[in-house]
Amino acid sequence: MSMRLTDQFTFNRQLFLRHRVRTLLLLLAVAIGVASVILLTSLGEGARGYVDREFSALGNRILAVLPGRKETTGGGPPIYGAVPRDLTLEDANALATIPGVLAVAPIVAGTTTVAYSNRSREVITLGSTDAFFAVRQLDVGAGRVLSPRSRSEPLAVCVLGVKVKRELFGSSRALGEWVRVGDRRMRVIGVLEERGESLGLDMRDMLLIPVRTAEQLFDSPSLFRILLDIAPSADSDKIEQKILTVIRKRHDGEEDVTVISQDSMLAAFDSILVTLTLAIAAIASISLLVAGILIMNISLISVSQRRKEIGLLKAIGASSRQIKQLFIGESLLLMSMGSAAGITFAFSLILIFARLWPSFPLQPPVWAVPAALLVAFGTGLVFSIMPAKQAAALDPVLALRGLQP
Amino acid sequence: MIKLQEINKTYQVGGSPLRALCDVSLQIASGEYLSVMGPSGSGKSTLLNMIGLLDRPDSGRYWFDTVATEELSEERRARLRGENIGFIFQQFHLINRLSAFENIELPMMLAGHPLKQRRNTVADVLAMVGLSARASHKPNQLSGGQLQRVAIARAIVMRPRLLLADEPTGNLDSHSGGEVVDVLEKLNQDGITLIVVTHDQTLGDRAKRHIRMVDGRIHSDHSGDTRSQQRVEKRGKNSVDETD
Repeated sequence: MSMRLTDQFTFNRQLFLRHRVRTLLLLLAVAIGVASVILLTSLGEGARGYVDREFSALGNRILAVLPGRKETTGGGPPIYGAVPRDLTLEDANALATIPGVLAVAPIVAGTTTVAYSNRSREVITLGSTDAFFAVRQLDVGAGRVLSPRSRSEPLAVCVLGVKVKRELFGSSRALGEWVRVGDRRMRVIGVLEERGESLGLDMRDMLLIPVRTAEQLFDSPSLFRILLDIAPSADSDKIEQKILTVIRKRHDGEEDVTVISQDSMLAAFDSILVTLTLAIAAIASISLLVAGILIMNISLISVSQRRKEIGLLKAIGASSRQIKQLFIGESLLLMSMGSAAGITFAFSLILIFARLWPSFPLQPPVWAVPAALLVAFGTGLVFSIMPAKQAAALDPVLALRGLQP
Repeated sequence: MIKLQEINKTYQVGGSPLRALCDVSLQIASGEYLSVMGPSGSGKSTLLNMIGLLDRPDSGRYWFDTVATEELSEERRARLRGENIGFIFQQFHLINRLSAFENIELPMMLAGHPLKQRRNTVADVLAMVGLSARASHKPNQLSGGQLQRVAIARAIVMRPRLLLADEPTGNLDSHSGGEVVDVLEKLNQDGITLIVVTHDQTLGDRAKRHIRMVDGRIHSDHSGDTRSQQRVEKRGKNSVDETD
């Protein structure tokens, strides 16, 4: 003897209709919980997608060579050569000969004061070559980029970031003008196109000069890093090994550089963002937990309000198990209706968001909906057990008289 | 049909034990019409709940037909109750959000009967209590007598063989009360066993067998139309049925 599922639905429906306001509020609580799990995880996943796209928008595959060893793989601690050798322009030229390497952009970095008429600014200054523009897929909005001659000659030219240009020149023309960079005069040959932050460097607030000029300016032959653009067909692991071989040969057998691949940077970002998304999901689940506690409280009130009804149901043949089923079923039904509303709401918002900000699409991760449902039904189940037990344990004799036990 | 043997039931009320039933032995045959009377706290409601399988005795035995009920699990007792015993209460205990029809079909719903079968049976019992026209009415649209007749319809929808009525006319005026009693007696004539617990002497006297309870014991058990001579004894110290 057990109640039919459709009858239980009917029974609960009549109950929900009777307590419309209460039911609507509970549904709202559940819907908000489910929607926030989906929306917040979509935000995390959207951020991950955004970073992925930013990286792949670079189009080519980049390896960065940094001076100094970041990690030791095997072998004992270095006894000699505690100070890493500088990475030099000659090293960069040697790396250019590795097959599969399309372009090599050596970078010297420092800060200088750049001045025009009575205005001056402290800016990050990168010394590099025409290859830098190719590797970083940068272009100028006006003028031209550094020429191939910049690889070997200390030309007195510079390319300005748009912010630097604006602050020094305002709206007047910068191309062809002479600016003072440190103790030198340089001619502005180009202004970078307006482009936001790229891989942590704000290219708008930057000065680009030929690498040889930078060496002289900073009076140092050491490179900040070398960027390599590698062929799409090339195996980046193999190239990494070759880079290390070349550097070892040139640095008396010391492998005193670190090679970072775009893939490894992406992987690092990825794992951070996945962790972040999971953390967000956990936080959002708390709102579902709150909804669950709300349902438990309301159910407990409902049990005490419906004491007579429960007693009656027992008198007309309902077993304790059936009473439990009715109460747990009620909570699960609430949870499923609330979840459906929450999912609909979340996906409508995501669609609207995608229309308004196509560049940053919210993307619910595949596990978002199942996870939200799991948490919803889990809390629904757990938090209805206590009221259900209380209802099932009611003494029908006392309950029918409306007496407290 | 019913055989109670030395049933004892003690409640803890406010820390001190109260003997609600004291060595009660009773046999009831199928088709009997019984009234149980007695002062408040004499244990008559406890006896009714015991017979209705809503309560378990502390000691003693209870056979329903040949089934020793004290050995049954709660599930089996619920099933036995659902299939064989109908309850009628002083307060009707209809569910307000449900129509008369839905209230009546509730026992069948709990037992898992299909909707089609429920429709036919509920229509039958509604006709039997003379309320066919009121099937879709909610309890707040019905008079007291009608409410109790809906409750009777619900009690008999599972075709029980035993009907337990606790003060069935207690909340009704004499006219509606008479209607309700007519329905109950008609059911008894059709073969159902009827046990009525009441304070109302005239109602009690209509039964063919009269049981009088005092202090948890069966004080007298008469058959036939003997007017009970016992005056209401001094109120028992043991007050269990506060709302009687």
